[in-house]
Amino acid sequence: MAEHLLQVEGLKQHFPIKTGFLKKTMLKAVDGVSFTIDKGETLGLVGESGCGKTTVGRSLLRLYKPTAGVIRFKGEEITDTNIQGFRRQMQVVFQDPYSSLNPRMTVADIVGEPLDIHRLYKTQKEREEKIVYLLQMVGLNSDHSRRYAHEFSGGQRQRIGIARALAVDPEFIVCDEPVSALDVSIQAQVINTFEELQQRLGLAYLFIAHDLHVVHHMSRRIAVMYLGKIVETAVADDILARPMHPYTQALISAIPIPDPKKARLRKRIVLEGEVPSPLNLPSGCSFRTRCRYATEQCAQETPELRELAPGHEVSCWNPQ
Amino acid sequence: MANPLLQVKNLHTVFPTQSGEVRAVNGINFNLDRGKVLGIVGESGSGKSVTAYSILRILDYPGNISQGEILYDENDIVKMSNGNMRQIRGARISIIFQDPMTSLNPVYTVENQLTEAIRLHTDRDRKQARERALEMLQLVGVNEPQKRLKQYPYQLSGGMRQRVMIAMALACEPDILIADEPTTALDVTIQAQILELMQELKSKLGMAIIMITHDLGVIAEMCDEIIVMYAGRICERGSADEIFYNPKHEYTKGLLRSIPNTSLAKEVLTPIEGSPVDLLNMPKGCAFAARCGSAMKVCLTEQPEEIRINEDHLASCWLNIKNKAQNIAEGEQANG
Repeated sequence: MAEHLLQVEGLKQHFPIKTGFLKKTMLKAVDGVSFTIDKGETLGLVGESGCGKTTVGRSLLRLYKPTAGVIRFKGEEITDTNIQGFRRQMQVVFQDPYSSLNPRMTVADIVGEPLDIHRLYKTQKEREEKIVYLLQMVGLNSDHSRRYAHEFSGGQRQRIGIARALAVDPEFIVCDEPVSALDVSIQAQVINTFEELQQRLGLAYLFIAHDLHVVHHMSRRIAVMYLGKIVETAVADDILARPMHPYTQALISAIPIPDPKKARLRKRIVLEGEVPSPLNLPSGCSFRTRCRYATEQCAQETPELRELAPGHEVSCWNPQ
Repeated sequence: MANPLLQVKNLHTVFPTQSGEVRAVNGINFNLDRGKVLGIVGESGSGKSVTAYSILRILDYPGNISQGEILYDENDIVKMSNGNMRQIRGARISIIFQDPMTSLNPVYTVENQLTEAIRLHTDRDRKQARERALEMLQLVGVNEPQKRLKQYPYQLSGGMRQRVMIAMALACEPDILIADEPTTALDVTIQAQILELMQELKSKLGMAIIMITHDLGVIAEMCDEIIVMYAGRICERGSADEIFYNPKHEYTKGLLRSIPNTSLAKEVLTPIEGSPVDLLNMPKGCAFAARCGSAMKVCLTEQPEEIRINEDHLASCWLNIKNKAQNIAEGEQANG
């Protein structure tokens, strides 16, 4: 079997939270997540706020120290001591293009900073050339390099963030809700930029978003998260066409359809209630409190991911 | 035919700033009928929220309405005294804001905030107001309403807060509910709950809704009529079906092309190139011309007039005007 670019096994990320005087509770933001990403592939990660999708991305990059689990990049395990070497190969684009760029730095300095840190140039001229090359690659031009971030629109700022991530020539980029803060017409521009770059440079993405349309458009495979666990994973088209986990079904049915006739016809599954607090998870399956099909078994035993169709894994006792 | 509930005529709202006048809303016209849902779509800065704030006269300083009329029940809101306006605001026309986190007062309980509106606009006493508040919370589907009344906003989740906002807006049974991006800050499953609730309440209470959003999906699910705004002007307006299936303005077409659809075929998205216009430097002609693939010379120099496509559809685009002129010319030739 060919080696995966990135392999994650049993990743757990728990945070201690003060819940009273001298009392601490563990917040299980990510609780045993496993997946793989191949070279040049996009894995989409969807879920609602608080389900741990951003934490997964950050733990991969060791922006947090994982509580448990193994992360292998090109077969080699990432640990605290060798993370420096991996930083050049793994980068991130953040959600908010307004707060993820330093307002006091020019665009040239923002994009040039990774080059400085990793000493990727010999002469000052080479540095400048690289910056211009990177800006052009994401659809900006060299005139932009002397300006500050506040002079740009949201879409352009996100492009600066992408250029910064590309500066060190990575093979894998964590895209953490990169288009959620953008207007629809601009969203499409940025999505196309991501896809062009993937084809040109053979990048692999972990594409994190709450918008299933966008994720489906970008990804080959999709993993759906609920309260720190992956509840379903399959090829993108399969998830949309044949969702098996009741949560995925509700999630898909909740998306507004931009087509009035179809919207009038369909019957929506509206989930009752709200996401339980991750500090106080229900026993067994964490979705059972909102699930229409919940049984006695769901309260007692935690379901594991099982392969129910080729490449289609679901963690549910009563898959539909 | 009965008069529409709300008529907006040639509304201009401007924000004078040090670097010049920002014309946030630049001459718009529309009507809202009783019991209908009107959607206003557009990207940030297109003037959709400012339109809503103008109707309620809650514009932030230095914004002001420089021209135009807003007729509600035959009375002009623009010229109304502050006292009369207060009788309408929150009672006859009310609003729910985008962000339920910041639009509730953190230092008052839910009961305090809910009963304030009820006692201001009706002659209920404290006890009756409390009963009404309880009734409203039940109506919007808040669980354990007794307990919730005593709680502060920080103790509620986002979806619950938005329900409290809706309860507050509907407590005085308004004729018009303005919903300014009511679900943008919420998760999809909670968004589905809130949209379902609004639809249910609309048929129960028979109010008209102005739904402001940038999400074409939400618009498609909720609205009878749609207004598409760009740079403070209306590009196109008409029935939902006309706008979605027969768009006549290049901006609307671009918007519809740029959303990833649910169909399984993956196509490359066709974005609208360029960035939104700078409201301080508005072009002379059509505001969209700089980003429009089919722009002609006339688009850069003159603003297109709004022309009627059919009974349920109006659009302001030179392409339509040209086509119409051509059709007329051809018709004359054929006749002559």
